[in-house]
Amino acid sequence: MDRQDVYTWGLIAAVVFSSTAGDVLSAQAMQKIGDFGKLRERVGIGGVLAAVTRSGRFLFSIFFMAISFFTLMMALSWADVSLVVPATAALTFLTNAVAAKFFLYEKVDRRRWIAALFVAAGVALVSQ
Amino acid sequence: MSRRKYYVLALVVLFGSFGNVLMSVGMRRSQSEGVSIHNLGHLITAFANPWVIGGTLLLIGFLVTYMTALSWADLTYVLPATSISYILIALLGQFMLGEHITGMRWLGIALVTGGVGFVARGRAHTTQRERMEEAERRSRD
Repeated sequence: MDRQDVYTWGLIAAVVFSSTAGDVLSAQAMQKIGDFGKLRERVGIGGVLAAVTRSGRFLFSIFFMAISFFTLMMALSWADVSLVVPATAALTFLTNAVAAKFFLYEKVDRRRWIAALFVAAGVALVSQ
Repeated sequence: MSRRKYYVLALVVLFGSFGNVLMSVGMRRSQSEGVSIHNLGHLITAFANPWVIGGTLLLIGFLVTYMTALSWADLTYVLPATSISYILIALLGQFMLGEHITGMRWLGIALVTGGVGFVARGRAHTTQRERMEEAERRSRD
C-alpha cells in the first residue's frame, strides 16, 4: 500500500466515522425529544423547532455532518469517485448498524443485519 | 405503523433524491464556470444558481423529514427503509441526466430493493422497555 492509498483510505475512514457520529447523535437527540407528531399536538410547531434547536446533541450532529461533507469533498479531490462514493456509503451502513446496537441500544436482529448487508452491497454496486 | 409515517418515509426518499439530482445539475453547470476543490471561492457563486438553490431547499426538506422519522423509528430501520432513494437517484440520473445504468447497477438496485423489503416487514421501533433491558444487561456484563 503506497502513500496515496494510505491517504485515500484515511480520508474514507474519516468520512465514515464523522457520518456515523452525525447519524447516531441526531438519532439520540430525536429519541430524547420524542415523536414530533405527539409533541406538536402539545406545544405546536414552534415548540418542536425550539426543542430541536436547543438540543446539544442535534447541534453536535450537524457539526459532524459538516465534517463528513468536507472530508468527502477532500476524498473526492484526491481519489476516484468510483472508489470513494461506494466505499463510504456501504461502510457507513455497516458502522451505523454496529453503532446503533452499542450507542442507541437498538435491537439489531438478524432481519436488520441482513437488510444492512443487502443495502450496503447494493449501494456499493449502484454507486459505481 | 400508521399511514402518516409511511408518507414521512416517502418524503425522505423524494426530498433526498430530487435534492441530490438538482444539486448535481446545478454543480455541473457551475463547473463550466470554474468551480473546483482548488477554487472554493467560486463555490459561493454556485449558490446563486437556481438549480443549486432548489436542491438546497429540497435537502433542507430532507433533513426535516429525516429527523421526524428518527423521532419515532430506529436508525437501523430508517436508513435501510429510505435507501430506496439510491434507486430513484440512479433512475433520475438515467432519465434526467442521460446517464447509463449498467448491469452491475441493476444488480445493485435488486440488492437494495431486497434489503428494503427485509427491513420494511419488521417493526419500526424498539420499545423503550427493550432499550432499558438492553442497557441493564450490558451494565451487568
